[in-house]
Amino acid sequence: MIEVKHVNKSFGKTQVLKDISATFEKGKVNLIIGQSGHGKTVLAKCIVGLHEVDSGEILFNGRDFCKMNRVERTSIRQEIGMLFQGSALFDSMTVEENVMFPLLMFKKMTKKEMLTRVNFCLERVNLTGRNSLFPSECSGGMQKRIGIARAIAMNPKYLFCDEPNSGLDPKTAILIDTLIREITYEYQITTVAITHDMNSVMEIGDNILFIHNGNNWWTGNKNNIITTENLEVTSFVYASEFMKEIKDSITEKNKNK
Amino acid sequence: MKLIEGFGKYFLMLTIVFRTPEKFSVFRRRLFEELEHIGINSIPLVALMSSFIGGVIALQTASNMSNPLLPTYTVGYITQSSTILEFSPTIISLILAGKVGSNIASEIGTMRVTEQIDALEIMGVNSLNFLVLPKVTAAVLFFPILVIFSMGLSLAGGWIALVLSDLSSTETYVYGIRYYFEMSNVWYALTKCVVFGFIIVTISSFYGYYVKGGSLEVGRSSTQAVVSSSVAILVANFLLTQMILLS
Ligand SMILES: Nc1ncnc2c1ncn2[C@@H]1O[C@H](COP(=O)(O)OP(=O)(O)OP(=O)(O)O)[C@@H](O)[C@H]1O
Ligand SMILES: [Mg+2]
Repeated sequence: MIEVKHVNKSFGKTQVLKDISATFEKGKVNLIIGQSGHGKTVLAKCIVGLHEVDSGEILFNGRDFCKMNRVERTSIRQEIGMLFQGSALFDSMTVEENVMFPLLMFKKMTKKEMLTRVNFCLERVNLTGRNSLFPSECSGGMQKRIGIARAIAMNPKYLFCDEPNSGLDPKTAILIDTLIREITYEYQITTVAITHDMNSVMEIGDNILFIHNGNNWWTGNKNNIITTENLEVTSFVYASEFMKEIKDSITEKNKNK
Repeated sequence: MKLIEGFGKYFLMLTIVFRTPEKFSVFRRRLFEELEHIGINSIPLVALMSSFIGGVIALQTASNMSNPLLPTYTVGYITQSSTILEFSPTIISLILAGKVGSNIASEIGTMRVTEQIDALEIMGVNSLNFLVLPKVTAAVLFFPILVIFSMGLSLAGGWIALVLSDLSSTETYVYGIRYYFEMSNVWYALTKCVVFGFIIVTISSFYGYYVKGGSLEVGRSSTQAVVSSSVAILVANFLLTQMILLS
């Protein structure tokens, strides 16, 4: 479980996160949603310590991450897997070396065991047999999936995915969503995923945190997000004409009943 | 003020770089990669520079020696001492600051702006130690080899130039080189180039590691890295000369 308590973060004069508190449960897919530029990535990076928070607490199973020294942080970080918004693959390594990298650094495994693990991870993201490609030779969606494979290589306790399925076709996107949900439930991971995609919200949103202008604006789950009266949330959920029509037809139906 | 802050940050960085590597096998592999990048790949450039400049030093000395009172072996002696004392350790290091320094700064800088360094940190890897320590080690180990190589080629370049232009005979040139040859000068040169190698790698890594922005900033920081490490080399050269030769 990860708890975020009263976190503030500014860059220079602009305050990006304003007194955010949230709880991300173990064994659940916790989503952070919100409009572009409203602080989702910054929040995720604060949680994992890539940005130092100005004030507030971040607790990993009760241990305050902000107060830890380098060595203590390192031990927690080996339990974190993270997919970056821009994938952040090591561009001078092949797909295989990318996924193998964390194992090579931290695990006492033979080469063969590592390779088995790498191939297992690549298989889960539908990338079997692409081991020897370089990231620059992969499509954007493939890079995302390699990033996920690398994030899950170490069997993390905490999984962060920054827009895991942006830039993927609907079918692959659902595949990735399903994968994230499966491993979350199977290994009881605390998963935090950032997304814009209403499809994934409805698919996998066990807990949803809606961020607006750096504030914790709304929390809920996939069942009550469609019925909430919160103006910003509804305008996010029903942004497209298509979704509005669906909503209208639903309310119409309800009236006729 | 900013300068002092920069110094502080630089020395803080060094304390993070110099820690025991997480896994020795990984470090060893990275070290061999860097020995190739920094060392082997610099050989052609060093060879070209050294042989030509050695030739020019010899020719210029010979053509300026119209005074019949000077013995003819002076050409060899001067070529030898200027090569060993200054040209090979200092000038070659300055040239390598351009090649190796800009390379390192842009490599690490690109990793920074594409979040690859963040990715390393998230995994729990000490990114500075992982990236920089193999480079420093490689430079400190290989720079002396490059410099000895450069000394040899520079003297050979001088010899070829003199013999081809008929300004001196092989015997007098070699006699001049061996005349008053001091081994301590070679040790002095090697000490210098180890320090210079350290300076080049750490300063360039510093500029790359703390870059913010995009490709434009990466380019700018790699220029900055070359300028700063060159200045640092000149200052260090001055200080080392004071300390070693005049003590
Ligand atoms: N390193 C930084 N330095 C200064 N400002 C930053 C930095 N990172 C983010 N910001 C600012 O913080 C705000 C929130 O950015 P963030 O990346 O969290 O948005 P986001 O919600 O992830 O958007 P998107 O959905 O487009 O990825 C933006 O206004 C951005 O300009
Ligand atoms: Mg983002």
